[in-house]
Formats: sequence, structure tokens, C-alpha cells
Amino acid sequence: MRLKLPEFLLRPWRTLSSPSRYLSLGFLTLGGFAAGVIFWGGFNTVLEATNQEQFCVGCHEMNTNVYEELKQTIHFTNRSGVRATCPDCHVPHEWTDKIARKMQASKEVWGKIFGTINTRDKFVAMRRELAEHEWARLKANNSLECRNCHSTESMDITKQGARAARVHERYLFTGERTCIDCHKGIAHQLPNMDGVQPGWSEVSSEKGTIGHWLAGEVK
Amino acid sequence: MRLYHLALLAALPCLLVPALLSAQNTGSVNTGSVKIDSPFRPPVQFTDEVTPPQIPADVTDDRRVARNYPEQPPVIPHNVRDYQLNLNTNRCLTCHSRQYTEAVQAPMISITHYLDREGQTLGAVSPRRYFCMQCHVPQTTAQPLVPNTFQTIDSMISRPSAGGAGQ
Ligand code: HEC
Ligand code: HEC
Ligand code: HEC
Ligand code: HEC
Ligand code: HEC
Ligand code: HEC
Repeated sequence: MRLKLPEFLLRPWRTLSSPSRYLSLGFLTLGGFAAGVIFWGGFNTVLEATNQEQFCVGCHEMNTNVYEELKQTIHFTNRSGVRATCPDCHVPHEWTDKIARKMQASKEVWGKIFGTINTRDKFVAMRRELAEHEWARLKANNSLECRNCHSTESMDITKQGARAARVHERYLFTGERTCIDCHKGIAHQLPNMDGVQPGWSEVSSEKGTIGHWLAGEVK
Repeated sequence: MRLYHLALLAALPCLLVPALLSAQNTGSVNTGSVKIDSPFRPPVQFTDEVTPPQIPADVTDDRRVARNYPEQPPVIPHNVRDYQLNLNTNRCLTCHSRQYTEAVQAPMISITHYLDREGQTLGAVSPRRYFCMQCHVPQTTAQPLVPNTFQTIDSMISRPSAGGAGQ
């Protein structure tokens, strides 16, 4: 036999289950619109809040390692006074990409709780792996974040140094390579680069090349 | 030692410093301007506070500079800001080592960079040549404070011999 629910529960339920019987269409349309705006806005606000640099460097893992290193580089101080912040390079600006990146970021909270990089030594030991994730991401999106600020259309190679102009013309403008292939380590210290070829190299990526740079290296 | 001896000793610096300062002033070039004729420091009193001159920019015009003598490590004619040079990576060698010179058209490090100190040629860069910036530095636009009278070996060779020995 069915359980009889009290009237004060039933009435809102009826309204919710078939709203158009009880509420006007105009109210529903406008109300739905307003609710949508509020949810969308709220969601975006939360995303924006977690997009601030202060949020990133709030974790000492991010602050004492990568942020300290960034301060030395051209993306922190330069003659034009334009600064790149962490989210400029690390969180894609496109909306769907944004969410995808946040899903990945929940792994970082996990890492925080379980202390994967909570000391400098642990961080240095894991750095190659973390860097490789970033290289792979930037390679896959054709260095999207870099291009948000540096567009190839606005790049005047006659104003660049001879080295830059030559290499950009041959590899960048032909679409053969992307920024991150050649410009690794522009914002932080690099991990051990054993086996990582420079972007202009024609040699296929194999282990060991950079190790052989130095004669008599202890293996 | 008497008390007045001590007092005299204590007073000595007070007497000497103004004397030194005025000596410096009179010793320098004429008229009220406080100019000090020393080749070794800029023309200011050591008691003056000066705003330091701007750090001059590196010359980065990508034009190789002639060496003053064959053994001179050539100066770096390009930008090297933020170039990482440590145990993990050597940015210089991503262009100047043998296998990468073609794509970027960089001059290859010469054979001396492969020699150990016994003169043995090694298969790769000798450890004592790994830290490039020990020897190679960028040139800045700074003007020398002290005039330089260095002459190249060529001018010495072509100069007529003074003593006439051997002629
Ligand atoms: C809760 C503390 C915390 C905050 C806040 C934080 N991070 Fe991290 N981050 C970590 C930890 C811990 C790891 C290592 C994760 C692991 O073990 O894989 C990490 C890893 C990374 C990595 C390497 C990613 C990878 O795929 O391996 C990047 C890039 C990064 N963080 C950027 C950021 C940026 C940008 C922000 C701000 C939007 C930020 N982090 C905020 C703790 C944090
Ligand atoms: C100009 C772009 C840029 C900015 C700004 C930047 N990063 Fe990075 N970051 C990179 C790149 C590129 C990598 C990939 C590794 C490399 O090449 O150094 C990276 C790698 C990382 C890594 C992985 C570990 C490593 O060092 O390789 C972490 C963590 C990280 N960044 C966090 C941050 C945080 C936190 C900030 C802000 C304080 C920040 N980044 C600002 C470009 C940037
Ligand atoms: C927030 C905008 C921004 C982002 C994002 C950004 N940059 Fe930059 N980048 C700058 C500015 C500003 C400068 C300095 C310009 C100047 O004053 O010369 C610069 C300078 C550079 C330089 C020149 C270094 C030199 O010594 O002259 C390189 C190379 C570079 N960026 C590469 C990258 C790469 C690769 C990425 C992506 C990982 C990236 N940038 C992302 C703004 C940005
Ligand atoms: C095939 C390799 C390669 C690729 C791809 C590449 N660069 Fe470069 N870039 C270089 C080299 C080599 C230089 C000159 C040496 C240096 O400063 O590192 C340079 C110099 C620069 C400079 C400084 C210009 C100057 O006159 O000194 C900027 C800014 C720059 N690159 C941005 C980018 C951006 C943004 C991208 C992606 C859209 C990119 N580069 C892709 C190799 C590359
Ligand atoms: C992106 C490639 C590249 C990188 C990285 C690079 N160089 Fe160069 N270097 C060149 C090229 C190309 C030239 C030839 C002149 C020019 O175009 O600037 C050159 C010229 C030189 C010269 C002058 C050689 C001569 O005979 O006059 C020296 C010295 C030098 N580089 C040292 C260095 C040092 C030290 C570093 C690391 C801090 C370095 N280079 C990093 C490409 C590079
Ligand atoms: C101990 C000092 C020293 C160190 C360290 C050193 N060099 Fe040199 N380098 C020299 C001298 C001296 C010359 C000129 C005479 C010669 O070729 O040996 C030279 C010449 C060069 C030349 C011009 C070669 C040519 O044939 O025109 C280049 C390019 C060069 N060095 C790059 C480098 C690079 C890159 C490194 C780092 C891996 C480096 N050097 C480390 C002393 C040094």
C-alpha cells in the first residue's frame, strides 16, 4: 500500500514535477533565464578566483619553487612592463579547456594532501615528470597560451635578432614546430634535459644525446 | 700615557680628515669645481653620495667581433638573458655543439674545447670548457673609464725596429 505524504510536501513537489500547470510561462522563461545567468556567472566567478596567481602561489609547493624562479625571468621583469602570471601560461582561456584543466588540477590537490612534492628535494626529483606533462600539453594545443600573447601574425622578424629570424622563418612560419619545441625553460629552471633535443634539431628524440655533450660524464 | 696624549689621539682624525679633503680639493684641477684627477675612480668625493650610472646594455647585434689576439675567447655577440647553464642543461651547446650548428648557423666550438689539460683530444666537450661564461662574455656599450693603449700584434710587427739590431 502507498504511503500518504503530508500536503506541505506534496504541493511543492507537484509544482516542481509539472511547473507549467502551476506557474505562468512568462515566469518560467524569465526565471529560468535568470537562474541560468546566476549559475553560469557563479561558476565562472569560482573559476576566475582559482585563476588568480595568488591562488596558485598560496601553496608553498608552487611558491617556493616555480614562483621564485619566475621572478628572475623576462616574463616577470622586462622593459615593456608586461607581466605573465601563472594562469596566463598554465590555464587555457577557452571555456571547455578551462574545465578540462580544472579536472586535472584536482590531481594537484590530491598531490598536496599526499605530499608528492612538499620538499624541494621531492620537487626536484619529480620535476622532469611535471615538466613533461606541460610540454606535452603545450605541444598538443600548439602552444596556445604563448600565442595568446605572442601571435605569429604580429611578429615582425625584421625586428628580431638574426638568430631568431632565421630559425622562426624556417621552422615556425612553416608550421613545422611550435613555440614549446624551442623555448623550454623560459619561466622556470629546467629539469635534467638528458635526451631532450632542442626544437631546431633534425635528430629524432633519443635518449642520451645531451649526456654525451660532456666528455667523461659519470653514468 | 697621559690623559692629554689620549685626547690628542682622539682628536687626530678630526684634524686629518678635513686636511685630507682640502688637500684633495686643492690638488685637483683649478676653480671651485670638485674634480679629482684620478684615473682610478670617477671624479667625485668619497664623501658624496652619487646615483650610480645605468647598467649599460649588452651589444646584441649578432655581428661577430674581431678578436684582439688569436687566443682571445671571442665576445658573445647575441642576447643571453635567462640562458640556463648548469648540470641539468647547457643552453649554449644546443646551438654551438657540433650536431646542432647547421639549423641555427652557429659557429661550432673549436677543437680546443675538446682538449683536456694534458692536450688529449676528447670525444666531447672537455669538463673544463663546460661553463662557457667563465671565458665568453657579452660586450656592453660602456665606455672605458681608463684609456686603453693596447696594440695588436700586427702593429708591433709592421713597426720599424727601434734599435736596429739584426739589420
Ligand atoms: C593545493 C595546492 C596547490 C595549488 C593551489 C596549486 N598547485 Fe599546482 N601543484 C600542486 C602539487 C602538489 C602538484 C604536484 C601534483 C602531482 O603530484 O602530480 C602541482 C603540480 C602543478 C603543475 C604540473 C602539472 C602536471 O600535469 O604535472 C602545474 C603546471 C601547476 N601545478 C600549476 C599550477 C597553477 C597554474 C596553479 C594556479 C591556478 C596551481 N598550480 C595551484 C599544488 C598546488
Ligand atoms: C611564460 C609562461 C609561464 C609562466 C608565466 C609560468 N609558467 Fe610554469 N611552466 C611553463 C612552461 C613552458 C613549463 C614546462 C617546463 C619548462 O619548460 O620549464 C612550466 C612548468 C611548470 C611546472 C612543472 C614543473 C617544472 O618546473 O617544470 C609547474 C609546477 C609550474 N610551471 C607552475 C607555475 C606557477 C605556479 C607559475 C606562477 C608563479 C608559473 N608556472 C608561471 C611556463 C610558464
Ligand atoms: C601574458 C603574456 C605572455 C604569455 C602568456 C607569454 N609571454 Fe613570452 N613574453 C611576454 C612579454 C611581455 C615578453 C617581454 C617582451 C620584452 O619586453 O621584450 C615576453 C618575452 C618572451 C621571449 C623573449 C625572451 C628574450 O630574451 O627576448 C620569449 C622567447 C617568449 N616570451 C616565449 C614565450 C613562450 C614560449 C610562451 C608560452 C609558454 C610565452 N612566451 C608566453 C609575454 C607573454
Ligand atoms: C624552431 C625553433 C623555434 C620555434 C618553433 C620558435 N622559436 Fe622563438 N626563437 C628561436 C630562437 C633560436 C631564438 C633566438 C635565441 C633566443 O633568444 O632564444 C628565438 C627568439 C624568440 C624571441 C626573441 C626575439 C629576439 O629578437 O630575440 C621571441 C619573443 C620568440 N622567440 C617567441 C617565440 C614564439 C611566441 C614562438 C611560437 C609562436 C616561437 N618563438 C617559436 C627558436 C624558435
Ligand atoms: C639559439 C642558438 C644559440 C645559442 C643558444 C647560443 N648561441 Fe652563441 N651564437 C649563435 C650564432 C648563430 C652565432 C653567430 C653570430 C650571431 O648570429 O649572433 C653565435 C655567436 C657566438 C659567439 C661568437 C663567436 C665568434 O667567433 O665570434 C660566442 C663566443 C658565442 N656565440 C657564445 C655563446 C654562449 C657562451 C652561449 C650560452 C650562454 C651561446 N653562445 C648560446 C647561436 C647561439
Ligand atoms: C677556458 C675558457 C673557455 C671556455 C670555458 C669556453 N671557451 Fe670558447 N673559446 C675560448 C678561447 C680561448 C677561444 C678562441 C681560441 C680557440 O678557438 O680556442 C674560444 C673560441 C670559441 C668559439 C669560436 C670558435 C671558432 O672556431 O670561431 C666559440 C663559438 C666558442 N668558443 C664557444 C664556446 C662555448 C659554447 C663554450 C661552452 C660550452 C665555451 N666556448 C667555453 C675559451 C673558452
